[in-house]
Amino acid sequence: MNANVASATGERSRELPSEADLDELRALARSIFERYAAETLYVQRTATPFDGSLWQTLAASGLTLLSTPESAGGSGAGIAEAAVVLAAGAEHAAAVPIAETDLLAAWLLVLTDLDVPAGPLTSGAGEVSIAEGPAGSLVVSGTLERVPWARSAEAVVVLGSAGGGDVVFVVPAGRCSITAGHNLAHEPRDCVRFKIELSSDLVLTVGEAVGAEWVLRGALARAAQTCGALEKALELTVDHASSRIQFGRPLGRFQAVQHLIAEAAGEVTTARAALDVAIRTVAQRGFANPSAELAVAVAKAHAAGAAGVVSRAAHQVHGAIGFTLDHQLRHFTLRALAWRNEFGDARSWERRIGQIALETGAEGLWNLVTSGDGESRRSDPGRVDPAPPI
Amino acid sequence: VRANLAPPLVTLAPHSEALRDEVRSFLAEQRAVGGFVPRVDSWISGWDEQFSRRLADRGWLGMTIPTQYGGHGRSHLDRYVVTEELLAAGAPVAAHWVADRQVGPSLMRYGTDEQRQRYLPGIARGEIFFAIGMSEPEAGSDLANVQTRAVKVPGGWKLSGTKVWTSGAHHARACVVLARSAPLDPTDRHAGLSQFIVELDSPGIDIRPIKLLTGQHHFNEVLLERVFVPDELVLGQAGDGWAQVTSELAIERSGPERILSTFPLLVSYLTELERQTRIDAEDTRLVGALLGRVLTLRQLSLSIAGALAEGRPVDIPAAVVKNLGTRFEGELVDLIASHANTDPGPDAPDAFSRMLAEGLLHAPGFTLRGGTSEILRTVMSRGFGLR
Repeated sequence: MNANVASATGERSRELPSEADLDELRALARSIFERYAAETLYVQRTATPFDGSLWQTLAASGLTLLSTPESAGGSGAGIAEAAVVLAAGAEHAAAVPIAETDLLAAWLLVLTDLDVPAGPLTSGAGEVSIAEGPAGSLVVSGTLERVPWARSAEAVVVLGSAGGGDVVFVVPAGRCSITAGHNLAHEPRDCVRFKIELSSDLVLTVGEAVGAEWVLRGALARAAQTCGALEKALELTVDHASSRIQFGRPLGRFQAVQHLIAEAAGEVTTARAALDVAIRTVAQRGFANPSAELAVAVAKAHAAGAAGVVSRAAHQVHGAIGFTLDHQLRHFTLRALAWRNEFGDARSWERRIGQIALETGAEGLWNLVTSGDGESRRSDPGRVDPAPPI
Repeated sequence: VRANLAPPLVTLAPHSEALRDEVRSFLAEQRAVGGFVPRVDSWISGWDEQFSRRLADRGWLGMTIPTQYGGHGRSHLDRYVVTEELLAAGAPVAAHWVADRQVGPSLMRYGTDEQRQRYLPGIARGEIFFAIGMSEPEAGSDLANVQTRAVKVPGGWKLSGTKVWTSGAHHARACVVLARSAPLDPTDRHAGLSQFIVELDSPGIDIRPIKLLTGQHHFNEVLLERVFVPDELVLGQAGDGWAQVTSELAIERSGPERILSTFPLLVSYLTELERQTRIDAEDTRLVGALLGRVLTLRQLSLSIAGALAEGRPVDIPAAVVKNLGTRFEGELVDLIASHANTDPGPDAPDAFSRMLAEGLLHAPGFTLRGGTSEILRTVMSRGFGLR
């Protein structure tokens, strides 16, 4: 096993890209996603298979490894750009693992100085076993549940917890057994079983902080995707309420319908605001900064909370027109509902925020709101029940 | 739909953050010497003219008023910082609230130079307090239905009618009254309304208390009987009253007072938890859920303040913030009341119990004042083109 102990580096501290640059990137991403979306949106089937041609186009435009450094074959942009593309993909129900490839797998590979293979990647975290193999090699084995898009990935980058700490290694697609599974929106969430022999310099020890950052990255990615999906669901809902005539007038003229939509819009707005804060915090201070944990926790909790409210309102306004496979609404509501449980649900993140508040103490609570960071946190809050792991 | 919902984030300038530190130090000193007792909804419940003058001494009243009128020529974001610090601490800001938030900016926008000279320096010194006479017995959400009449007489106007829920009229120097100054045009109910500055020592005025659920005297019924208002105290153009009172609704709706009115109770609840030997996981989660929402709503409110300063349209986000923020203020009280094993006591010596009672007794007003939640949802719908 490599003796190097890599630690979480997070993003480099940097200035946020300008609004105009992000708008331009959003327009580019949308134009690509839109071209391929028709294939999936109106097809009456539950399956959402990986879209290989969309992936090729995105890869050719540098959008699949947006936040990965150029030295590792990426585009060298930051988390703000990555979030724009993730949200745009979710607006179009894009069936591609960009979040998993760029924010999780490539990040772990760069962190441990491993090569980033071409093609879609995914990442899973869980317990693994490590045994001595022949000629100084190591035999790593384990079972990872609900790995996103594993069946379509070139490789699974594993963040494994073994007896002596956390390790990172790569399991190529051909060397594991995959049992298909799905989330609520029928996106692939597969069970990956592997037992492979690896040269010991390909099993890298990493610090504890890496596991924490892995979860934060996943949570931020899902929050961004959820915002994209919910904004689209809201847009479809407003359009439907404007055009659908019942009782001789558009649905949107009924005050009860207006209030449903206003409720949904409020949730979308706060989820977006919380996401914006998290992106700014991570872009400027990096994931490793304590303020990033708080901001991502808030963003994921809001996104998860909004998913239920917005889905309910969107389907209620659409009526029976939206609740079957023949309408596109389900792509957005079901994804948002599926993503609310991935990388921590509202409850677990709220508990984490509560712990941070208690660590900070009543005296410093308002400062926590205005500064967003826990610099004033007391070292030992004591007495707080530990939250279950996310 | 997508573009306008959450305005871009604002990052406060270093000088604004330095100002925040100054306000915090001042508040810590004041608390240490018993200069104020933290209250829930302190912009209604905390009337303390001495405290207002201490703020004025530090330049924190009339902050956005130009220096030539006795103000401090500072930015809206600087004023935002001072205001949110005061509200979060539960400091008593009710006395100067209306003059500082509403009347100062209105005078700058619509007032004559004489009106500005007459009132603004006193507002910035914390010596002149104002009331606003909008609601009436028959005009609540339907403000255009005001029945108070202004009849032209030589040299001025005679006002007759009844205003209700008039904050602080019993202490204020003057009240800005919305009245109908021309006969009702059924095709345009918003036409023919005007704003008048009524000096409250004028003959023909009767001010009667309407008490809060806590028993506190904050609101009033103000009866006007042929009260003379000279021409020079008409605010803005006669007939433009509706446009004038609605033009700054986005500012009024998106401010920190739509989010933070009950924040002092959250701080007090956390203090209670800190006294416990073991903190329940569900209580921890509740604190986290509430804090997460404060963080986001406050950032959204600040973003709107930034967009307003740049002249961007924010009517929909402002309605969103007020709708969600005021509901949150009430939910915070309700959730803490249902989790804490404490009886709310309006006159309890224990601060937490007293603030819990204050929160519960003030809560019904949160989602009403400044535009009911139902009206706000209608505003949002109009913004989405649904009406």
